[in-house]
Amino acid sequence: MSQYVFQQIINGLALGSLYALVAIGFSMIYGIVRLINFAHGDLVMIGAFTTLGLVAYGVPWPLILMFVLLVGALAGMTIEATVFRPMRGAQQVTGFIATLAVSIVIQNTGLMILSGQPRNFLFPAFMRQRVQLGSVSASLTDLTIIGLTVALIALLLVIVYRTRLGAAMRATADNLTAARLMGIAVNRTILTAFAIGSALAAAAGLLWGGKFGQIDPLLGFAPGLKAFIACVIGGVGSIGGAMLGGYLLGLAEVLFVGLLPPQFAGYRDVFVFTLLIVILLLKPSGLFVRHVEERA
Amino acid sequence: MAAARSFTGPVAGIAVLCACAVLVYGAQARLSPYLVTLLAITLINVALAVSLNISNGLAGLFSLGHPAFMTIGAYVSAVLTFPPGRKDFMLPDLPSFLMTTQLPLLPALAVAGMIGAVIAFLVGLPVLRLKGHYLAVATLGLIVIVQGLATNWSGLTRGGSGLNGIPRLTGIWWCFGFAALVVYTALRLKFSSLGRAMMATRENALAAESSGVSTYRIRMLAFVLGAFFAAIAGGLMVHLITVVTPKSYSVVLAFNLVAMVVIGGTGSITGSIVAAIALTGLSEAVRPLEEKLGLYGLSQVIVALGLILVLFFRPNGLLGSGEPRFVRRIFGGSLP
Repeated sequence: MSQYVFQQIINGLALGSLYALVAIGFSMIYGIVRLINFAHGDLVMIGAFTTLGLVAYGVPWPLILMFVLLVGALAGMTIEATVFRPMRGAQQVTGFIATLAVSIVIQNTGLMILSGQPRNFLFPAFMRQRVQLGSVSASLTDLTIIGLTVALIALLLVIVYRTRLGAAMRATADNLTAARLMGIAVNRTILTAFAIGSALAAAAGLLWGGKFGQIDPLLGFAPGLKAFIACVIGGVGSIGGAMLGGYLLGLAEVLFVGLLPPQFAGYRDVFVFTLLIVILLLKPSGLFVRHVEERA
Repeated sequence: MAAARSFTGPVAGIAVLCACAVLVYGAQARLSPYLVTLLAITLINVALAVSLNISNGLAGLFSLGHPAFMTIGAYVSAVLTFPPGRKDFMLPDLPSFLMTTQLPLLPALAVAGMIGAVIAFLVGLPVLRLKGHYLAVATLGLIVIVQGLATNWSGLTRGGSGLNGIPRLTGIWWCFGFAALVVYTALRLKFSSLGRAMMATRENALAAESSGVSTYRIRMLAFVLGAFFAAIAGGLMVHLITVVTPKSYSVVLAFNLVAMVVIGGTGSITGSIVAAIALTGLSEAVRPLEEKLGLYGLSQVIVALGLILVLFFRPNGLLGSGEPRFVRRIFGGSLP
């Protein structure tokens, strides 16, 4: 395999990992409360800036990761408990508008506190070197992103499919009323789903900064929308679908830029959103989900 | 109160219009040019909020695509009104028939509106089959697509740096006339059988369909009409501010317009007017504070928090989906 193609694939997998991390939380939240959480992307920003702040204090990286997960979880729970819970049962679109408003609040509070100036965000020097794998090489940052994502996803799958809490979450997603009748503390379960999903998004923020090198308070917009697209590709509400959708989207994006002549590179987002609309129309339930919900 | 009751129909409408015109005239004579420009922008915002209310409020299709159509309208009308001499310099790669044309504002706006409407139709063909928040995100995607095209299609748009030095052809009266036209159209629509068909589509698409309403066509009509007005508003705006970049009209604007519609009351034209004036005024009032404290973004936070509070305590907005009595009297509707 030529170095170029290999590099593109690794690049796509790393980008896909970030999308998958964000998309999984997005999908969990949608699956459980049928809410398209537009503010989800902004947790990526919160995670990125939390990392930056802790790096400045010289906190060791494993500890930073723990802390970022915690901050993300707390932020997600706060949003759910203060804004979304009182609105439960309102119309779908009302909830969506509320998430948009929360996103605007977070972004602009970020602007007020942190200023709009982009800041440099660097992983430690050893992370930025390249690793030789036979005849090809890859950046350690990309490999770390992929590895950490796989670990986090594995952890998540264990929680969702092997614990009582996970069973409660799946039951609530399946049928909220029935779950409540069976004695599941629905609100607490939803809160947990928000906590887990948001923690993953914040972790994605840590990695996002490392991959792109610069962060600013408005950076959450892109991952939020891309996560939504990843979910649509994989089938909204499904964790596995979101994961696969994230990786597919990352690879598709990188290949689009990498394989076409350079003058098309600027059309990347145009391509991605056209893809979204095409999939919404042709396969609204997603590529990997058989369950069909009214959407079109 | 016989006198009050006879104050109905077109006469009353014309009286209200004249009263507003007198207010604008007074404002133009008394206020500083800065405030007059602000008033013009407020009027454009009124038109935008009301036109968004046609699709989002009356027909119940939640679109965020207004900024996309504004961008289209802004670029189309700017290219059409640019003096050819300036085009040689700014847009040397323009097709030759565009190179030599220079239209006055009105035809340029008409062309902009038409192109916006045609694009809305083409986009609507597939997209309007989506519902609820799926439609919202698809139309959000439309903003990103249009921005991407405006950034990369440099032959037509001069890329990311945008167009500047656009002739300042719009004045307060243009904006007033346009706002009046949009409000009139929206209210006439609301109190017509077509408007009822739209509201029926919003309330229960299946029931509307069973009563012989083609909901798809109704939704398309609302979407295209909103886009038509949005494109013209973009054209007016660009000839007022004289600059346009691909990022001029973005998601934040879509959010603010949605905030106006929701705070005023989804479906209430009067509510949209009031909310558009109030929110535009609020942002402007907070601006000195923002600059003094260096807290850029404060007005946006206030708007968003206000919206959340309205969703909490008055989810139907300040005016619900109805109109005040004097508006109903003018338009002779029996609807609430």
